Amino acid sequence: MHTAVVIFPGSNCDRDVIHAVSEITGSVVVPVWHKDTAIPTSTDLVIIPGGFSYGDYLRCGAMAARSPIMASVKKHASQGKLVLGICNGFQILTESKLLPGAMLANKTLTFICKQCFLKVEKTDIPFTLKYKNDQIVQFPIAHHEGLYFLPQDSLREIEQNGQVVFRYCTSSGEISEDGNSNGSLNNIAGIVNRQGNVLGLMPHPERASERIMGGTDGALMWNSIKTWIDREGA
Amino acid sequence: MHYSEAGLRENEYKALVETLGREPNECELLIMGVMWSEHCSYKSTKPLLSLFPTEGKSVVLGPGENAGIVDIGDGNGIAFKVESHNHPSAVAPFQGAATGVGGIIRDILALGARPIASLDGLFFGDPELQKTKNLSDGIVRGIGGYGNPVGVPTVGGKTFYDKSYTDNPLVNAMCLGHVKLDQIISSQTALPGQAVVLLGSKTGRDGIAGAAFASIELSEDTKSSRPNIQIGDPFVEKLLIEACLELKEKGLIVSMQDMGAAGITSSSSEIAAKSGVGMIMYFDRVPLRETGMEPWEIALSESQERMLMIVEFENVSHVMSIAEKWDLDAAVIGEVIEGNDYIIKDGETIVVDLPATLIGSDCPSPDWESSVPSDLAEKWNFSVENIPFNNDLTPDLRDLISSPNLREKKWIYEQYDQMVQLNTVTGPGNNDISVLRIKGSEKLVGVSMESDPWKCYLDPYRGGAETVARSIRALAVAGAEPLGMTNCLNYPSPEIPEQFWELSESVKGMAACCSELDCPVVSGNVSLYNETASQRILPTPLVGVVGLIRNEKEMLRCGCWKEGDHIFYVGLSDPSLSGSHYQMHKMGSPKGRPLIFNGQAESDFVARALGTARKGLARSGRAIAGGGLASALAKECISSGIGAEMKLNIPTRKDILLFGEGGPRAIYAVPSDKIVEFRHTWRGFPIVMLAKAGGKSLYIEGHLNIKVEELQKIWRQE
Repeated sequence: MHTAVVIFPGSNCDRDVIHAVSEITGSVVVPVWHKDTAIPTSTDLVIIPGGFSYGDYLRCGAMAARSPIMASVKKHASQGKLVLGICNGFQILTESKLLPGAMLANKTLTFICKQCFLKVEKTDIPFTLKYKNDQIVQFPIAHHEGLYFLPQDSLREIEQNGQVVFRYCTSSGEISEDGNSNGSLNNIAGIVNRQGNVLGLMPHPERASERIMGGTDGALMWNSIKTWIDREGA
Repeated sequence: MHYSEAGLRENEYKALVETLGREPNECELLIMGVMWSEHCSYKSTKPLLSLFPTEGKSVVLGPGENAGIVDIGDGNGIAFKVESHNHPSAVAPFQGAATGVGGIIRDILALGARPIASLDGLFFGDPELQKTKNLSDGIVRGIGGYGNPVGVPTVGGKTFYDKSYTDNPLVNAMCLGHVKLDQIISSQTALPGQAVVLLGSKTGRDGIAGAAFASIELSEDTKSSRPNIQIGDPFVEKLLIEACLELKEKGLIVSMQDMGAAGITSSSSEIAAKSGVGMIMYFDRVPLRETGMEPWEIALSESQERMLMIVEFENVSHVMSIAEKWDLDAAVIGEVIEGNDYIIKDGETIVVDLPATLIGSDCPSPDWESSVPSDLAEKWNFSVENIPFNNDLTPDLRDLISSPNLREKKWIYEQYDQMVQLNTVTGPGNNDISVLRIKGSEKLVGVSMESDPWKCYLDPYRGGAETVARSIRALAVAGAEPLGMTNCLNYPSPEIPEQFWELSESVKGMAACCSELDCPVVSGNVSLYNETASQRILPTPLVGVVGLIRNEKEMLRCGCWKEGDHIFYVGLSDPSLSGSHYQMHKMGSPKGRPLIFNGQAESDFVARALGTARKGLARSGRAIAGGGLASALAKECISSGIGAEMKLNIPTRKDILLFGEGGPRAIYAVPSDKIVEFRHTWRGFPIVMLAKAGGKSLYIEGHLNIKVEELQKIWRQE
């Protein structure tokens, strides 16, 4: 498993995700600087980490989406290889049109950092194959613009296509306003593209990867990806 | 220009002229006015600060550097310091607080350390007032607005409400950094022939003479002070952190200093003075944000996100290429020379020529008069009979646990990224201390932040000692051996003899406790003149203590009772109601004398508490602090979701034991198979088994009966 983590100016979860993936899978993770024009050819998985790329001064992820390295990320995705965007990385993926939708300010109009419960609704993709269907997991969120938004018809479309992977819920798995801290439409926390190889989510699996950090639900994501890549490679 | 316009006093001006052997020119006068301001020179408190013990087995760097560093073993060091940003936050809460966070991060960065965590001490005014709501909202947003993008988690802090802070809220920002002990960068190692490089933002007109503004009382018309406020850009700070750390990794930095108060002048002259060299600065080479800036404006601008570093000339091009990688401005703006001359040139003209050692030191100490407050006897005139006793203490606990001071501070800390960098083992919330892991090592770092202004107001010596002790107790209970302390001394003007007495006495009390408990002071900051024409703050020393937990097994958590655990109380049964939350709730103002500081009992407690945690003798432990035993029990119940039923067999008034504060005391939840060893560890110390954990209520026969569910609701304000 070869992973590349794209670092933009203002990324701040790059070191975290490198730590979590290498710690859990024992594989090599290489940083790719945004001014580079290519990602290493052997790369199986590209991760766009959280943070505040370019300060998020224009619109979250808007500048990064137009950065030179993104052409290579799009090419990587078009070859059916894996791309994962976390938090600001998810925002960058929607801004790059690799995923549908947009992120608005949280319904509280404040930054929110807390543990959240999520329901895993799709487990037939490389990112989640180790999870059980409808499993309730706990990942933290940390963002100011995380309210997932789509026009009604597009929303209906991604629901019909089964593109919703993670949904905010309560500790008992209820999909309600209670568990939906940022006010996302249909409680959507993470979605995949139709091909199933580009995933974006607001919550942070890398922050839920080690017991000492308070939980290991996120580690399953790295193990899912590793299992899939090992299988595909064989 | 008259010296008083530059902020200098007559004796200071005379001393300046005498040292120079001539009259200073206008630019020199403006510089000296800022450099000899209270904020930069510590002139009022220098003799007092020397009372703090500064040496200890773990101290690597003590006061005098940008921050202190303690050794946590395995070649790792923790750099830490707390600094105030009070005056700016009173005027522009968002920017004031934001740049406070940014400033302290650069102090840590200057040592070559990666900033790994922030904590904030916040003191807000009357919680009922809209003004307080606006200020606290802006301050909290400012802290998050800077700390979140910059990628340094905010892992804890202290929030305190009292009406004395209504016009003058306090923001004390603390930062911790991790550095390999063999990679520490000093600000004292510049040599002649090396280049002075400015890295980071362009220099503009913001925050000019901010240090001088922070050294006088706040004016009623706060809007007029807006130009003194700095504007922060956390995005640039993030780039600055990464660029500086990359430069350090590549061994390109000889010496470094952050630019905080008094900007370029302060940072460069400090390096020169500490290194025993001179410096020539070329102001026409400073990248500027606006045109037409005068030399004195460039000298004193407090534009944020700038670092000053000394590098070898042959490495300059390498430094520039790394700056370019991070899209940062960088320029050689001077060179190190032999001697003691600090020279600023604007083109060919010499605009400043001062002895380097004069600028940052040599300010005459004002030697303020000190006198015992005339109302001291009146303040101390209190007997418990002044508080009518009612057997049913349930309403009191309900009021306390839901009060702004003691209730959950989720509205604050959920606006902060508490977890980025993946080191936060215990963050903010219902915890006494914050705990960070150090990746690649078994060791954990515990941090506690404390302040106790009501007790300092009543008896500054005892209050000061209690503040330090409280912080150390919390660490010890969690299994963290205290290694070193930083403090922020927030007071009103020292020019009033009674106020200077309060300042002196509280420092003496803190120093006594530090000495007794072997906790050296490695860094700190002083903020005076926290007052307006109509209001002055309570004496508010704040401390941050860093402790070492040897490994995760030896860490004791709190709030995790299990059904059937034995709940023990350790400590004497005669705390004091003076300066307690209960007294404030009952009487509206603090009265009497807080508990006397007992050094022997404190160190005895610390040793036993550390033993308890290290041997794994308890499941949950909590030092008793604000709100007393009853609040500690309530907080344990709230987090554990379990109650307890008990009977108190003491002859004195139960509210004193339940709500009194002060002295070394704690509660522990002990599993039955550990009871013998637990009791053995505490033999010779007052100890009593209160209850077995269980049930749905916190019940104390005849005095207290409240459902855990209700406690949770009112504490969380649901």
